[in-house]
Amino acid sequence: MKHIKTLNTQTLNNTMKKGGCGECQTSCQSACKTSCTVGNQTCEQKK
Amino acid sequence: MLQENLRKNIDKQKGVPFVIHQYQNNGYNIVLDVNSGCVHVVDQMGYDVIACLDRLCQDQTAETIQSEETKKAVLEELSDKYSEKELLSLLPDLAELAKEGQLFAPDTHESCIGEVMKRKTVVKALCLHIAHDCNLACKYCFAEEGEYHGRRALMSFEVGKKALDFLIANSGSRRNLEVDFFGGEPLMNWQVVKDLVAYGREQEKKYDKHFRFTLTTNGVLLNDEIQEFLNKEMDNVVLSLDGRKEVNDAMRPFRNGKGSYDLIVPKFQKLADSRDQIRYYVRGTFTRNNLDFSKDVMHFADLGFKQMSIEPVVGDETDPYAIRKEDLPQIFDEYDKLAQYMIQREKEGKGFNFFHFMIDLEGGPCIAKRLSGCGSGTEYLAVTPWGDFYPCHQFVGDEDFLMGNVDEGITKPEIAEAFRGCNVYSKEKCRNCFAKFYCSGGCMANAYHFEGSLNEAYDIGCEMERKRVECAIMIKAALADLGESEA
Repeated sequence: MKHIKTLNTQTLNNTMKKGGCGECQTSCQSACKTSCTVGNQTCEQKK
Repeated sequence: MLQENLRKNIDKQKGVPFVIHQYQNNGYNIVLDVNSGCVHVVDQMGYDVIACLDRLCQDQTAETIQSEETKKAVLEELSDKYSEKELLSLLPDLAELAKEGQLFAPDTHESCIGEVMKRKTVVKALCLHIAHDCNLACKYCFAEEGEYHGRRALMSFEVGKKALDFLIANSGSRRNLEVDFFGGEPLMNWQVVKDLVAYGREQEKKYDKHFRFTLTTNGVLLNDEIQEFLNKEMDNVVLSLDGRKEVNDAMRPFRNGKGSYDLIVPKFQKLADSRDQIRYYVRGTFTRNNLDFSKDVMHFADLGFKQMSIEPVVGDETDPYAIRKEDLPQIFDEYDKLAQYMIQREKEGKGFNFFHFMIDLEGGPCIAKRLSGCGSGTEYLAVTPWGDFYPCHQFVGDEDFLMGNVDEGITKPEIAEAFRGCNVYSKEKCRNCFAKFYCSGGCMANAYHFEGSLNEAYDIGCEMERKRVECAIMIKAALADLGESEA
């Protein structure tokens, strides 16, 4: 597309189908102890 | 631009939910499709047309985008700036994105919230307060020099063992279990840390579990023996350091007032190298005293660290170092500077990772995770040295949130229920925020401590989170450019 560059085609809707296994890391266990940063966690199934 | 974005944000918060979030940063025109999570980098015309469509109707579909009514409205608004032919040629592309669910995607997540919330949750992570004592006297410490509004105490092996048993027993089929050795300063109770790791390794074999251990330390007691053990057993190590020497030493002194930087930095550098510069974070706190905190991140990079995090301080608004609303413009500017610096370093082949700019657009968390939030009070509990459970480390010491203990288990399930019930749709402020699927409702402790309710959101924290999400996405756009130019 001439005017648009799409960075990601995977939509959040698609993650509903296979998601929810709960194996991913708890956000505060990494380097965030005073704010919440869930979006930067990685899906365990895609590692 | 900053003011315009802020105003737009406020206007949007009062009105209908965000479907599209547009912003310009570092020369990029970025369109975030909120509900799909898709990110589009567009030229100025694309930016203007999408804004026009968004204003015309929040429920655009492939059909409405190509309707005669829409064409007329777009031409009316933009034909003095762009040619009619170009404007009309763009609409089929946008309609295609809408058809694919990548633009103007409707919110289908709220209807799943019931299903997500009623899932049986298991406990999968513990923050073990291995020592309510500390050998530093950091001025902003929410643990009040490690004591958490209580007495100095070290966790016994017996209490820690019961906590691990509780975790295994309440983790259902979840295999990966996380345990963070936290404090105070956990190295002040090092033998118990080692014994608990050994106990965990025995138990994981019996129950087909896998413990991922983390240790958060100020580094004062770090030595070769400890380093070797950490490298063998800890999945992650969090190293507390605030940045430049004068910044660190002003807030992180010893009890005698002397700064900690000179003692700690060489140990942290050695540890980071010995871990091949992965599976650790050097983590700092910025306060009102160092609003130019991008320099502290740059300082980390100059010291050779590759994994870093600097978070805004959490403090009462009466504390002189607490972040105030009027500091936000400067903080936003610092995040912009940092983002540009990171891109520059990447171009030079000297890139590093900043925790709060990490965003995985393709492989990030599923929507169930994003709707569940951080898990405090349900999947994640903090354990005091004497074995009491709290929803997270930031609630420790507040008796209203005492949930149970290692002997009796959860005695106040209503507290867990209150935490389970919080999500981006139960919080009015989140419902209309473009960043809701990235912070998942934000920190519950901040919401409670600053705004008085778990179902609130800490406004200053939200402003900073939105900015960080914008910067993180912009970096992705810039790196995509870099990838193309190298290809």
